[in-house]
Amino acid sequence: MSTLNPTGAPEPSFDDLYREVILEHYHEPRGKEPLVRVDVEAEGMNPLCGDELDLMIQIGADGGIEGLHVDGRGCAISVASGSILHDLVDGVSRAEARAVIAAVKAVMHGGEMPTDIELGDFDSLEGVKLFPVRIKCALLPWTTLETALCDMDKMVAERGGEGETT
Amino acid sequence: MTAVASFDVERIRADFPILHTMARGHPLVYLDSAATSQKPQVVIDALVDYYTTSNANVHRSVHYLAERATTAYEEARARVGRFVNAPSPESVVWVRGTTEAINLIATSWGRRNLSEGDTVLLTEMEHHSNLVPWQMLAKPRDHGGIGIRLDFVPVTEDGQLDMDAAREKLATGPRLFGFMAKSNVLGTENPVAELCALARANGVVTLVDGAQSVPHGTVDFQALGCDFLAFSAHKALGPMGIGALIVNPCRYPEMSPYQGGGEMIMRVKLATSTYKAPPICFEAGTPSAGDAIAFHTALDYLENLDLSAVHAHETRLTRLALDLLAEKGIKTFGPDDAALRAGIVSFDVPGVHPHDVSTLLDGRGIAVRAGHHCCQPLMRKLGVVATSRASFYLYNTEDEVRQFADGLDHVREYFKR
Repeated sequence: MSTLNPTGAPEPSFDDLYREVILEHYHEPRGKEPLVRVDVEAEGMNPLCGDELDLMIQIGADGGIEGLHVDGRGCAISVASGSILHDLVDGVSRAEARAVIAAVKAVMHGGEMPTDIELGDFDSLEGVKLFPVRIKCALLPWTTLETALCDMDKMVAERGGEGETT
Repeated sequence: MTAVASFDVERIRADFPILHTMARGHPLVYLDSAATSQKPQVVIDALVDYYTTSNANVHRSVHYLAERATTAYEEARARVGRFVNAPSPESVVWVRGTTEAINLIATSWGRRNLSEGDTVLLTEMEHHSNLVPWQMLAKPRDHGGIGIRLDFVPVTEDGQLDMDAAREKLATGPRLFGFMAKSNVLGTENPVAELCALARANGVVTLVDGAQSVPHGTVDFQALGCDFLAFSAHKALGPMGIGALIVNPCRYPEMSPYQGGGEMIMRVKLATSTYKAPPICFEAGTPSAGDAIAFHTALDYLENLDLSAVHAHETRLTRLALDLLAEKGIKTFGPDDAALRAGIVSFDVPGVHPHDVSTLLDGRGIAVRAGHHCCQPLMRKLGVVATSRASFYLYNTEDEVRQFADGLDHVREYFKR
């Protein structure tokens, strides 16, 4: 007799969490190839469970993400999310990357999947929002990318602001 | 087998209402008592009873309720002292828990007795609560510290303290040696009496973190001959928010209060004050009296059981878990010999992150801990970022251990490529 689930809502299924697509990304994450040049590095860490993630970015002449290396060491959710992140933002401008981050965050915080922006395999992570303690795992790569984008802004500004695409 | 026969786990389980919870549609299997224990109904009742019949601020007013509350509060102090064979009730300082107790020592004793360059010896298996307070003292003066040095007794391959290294390091003259009686990750039961004796022979002050050992009723403060012993109520069937620091009274003159305020004072003028005698001078502000009183009840409950039978039961569950995991080829950390450990099994399912292990077990109502267990340096030593941990207490059953092991088959199946 659970008193903690007074609404009697059905318990979320674990198949919502670990979808086939997620396990595929986990077993063979994208973005492991080394970059020609590393301009920006960012490290993300989730102290709750020990998830760690390194992002490395090569900035293009237009100031966008010309190359992206993702190295996640953690749970299936965080590693798969990092792999999907690579799919979605490798080769895009900083502004486009920020739009994707905003959309991903909105979904994790309870919103519907957006119709105006392509989120690829991220729809397979939608089930994570049924497991509140795991949302942080799914968002780790994205909050790490946010930090990296700020460093990119600075670096592009120092270069003289060529190819403003923020 | 005799201890087993006299130990009726089903009768004990009946005393713990939360163990009858349905979790995710399954009967709860609670294997996370090293994080916090569940509470028997008598402890829950003691809290309700305190606020229903006795609530008043202790050591202040003289009315009927205040007298009731103060008497019960001080009886609880004496009870806690008896449980660990402290020299007197006055050697028991109430704190919020183990972490606050260690911070109290680092501040009240450490800041007064340690100087720049002095060494505090710890171990590689310590919980963050026995690392960070000393790291704060190791910072330079302009960063709030006093510039002490830290040294560490290493952990061996099989998760024990390197006793040769401990002997050597204790002979080099550290001022204080702080170590856990039992590892919250590995389950290793350290040779506390031997370590205390070694430290004493070298004139080193000792601090024993008893968070994981006191709940199992195996700590005798006076027999160990240590200077400080810290523990929390919530891991020993008691409420969260209360714990105790046992102080060898010989150390009291070396300590200064670190928090000032109500209750701890004798006479206050605008610019100066005098303090009450220990332990009260270390207990500024309104204490968690109801929690202290419910802790009394928890210790009564524990001691009414045969504690050696409880220990034998936990060892048996540990042995069973180690055997079942070994059969499945799942790596465990810490000593293989169940006699050197109790109640805790940390493990690694190859190819599956501990957080995912925990979530999938949770889907079957099985609660285990995943993460660094507040022991990041030990995790690095073990070469992992995190482990999964199952911990057993007096209310767990062999059947639960088997369900847990079966659950790991399910986890592996799920993550099979």
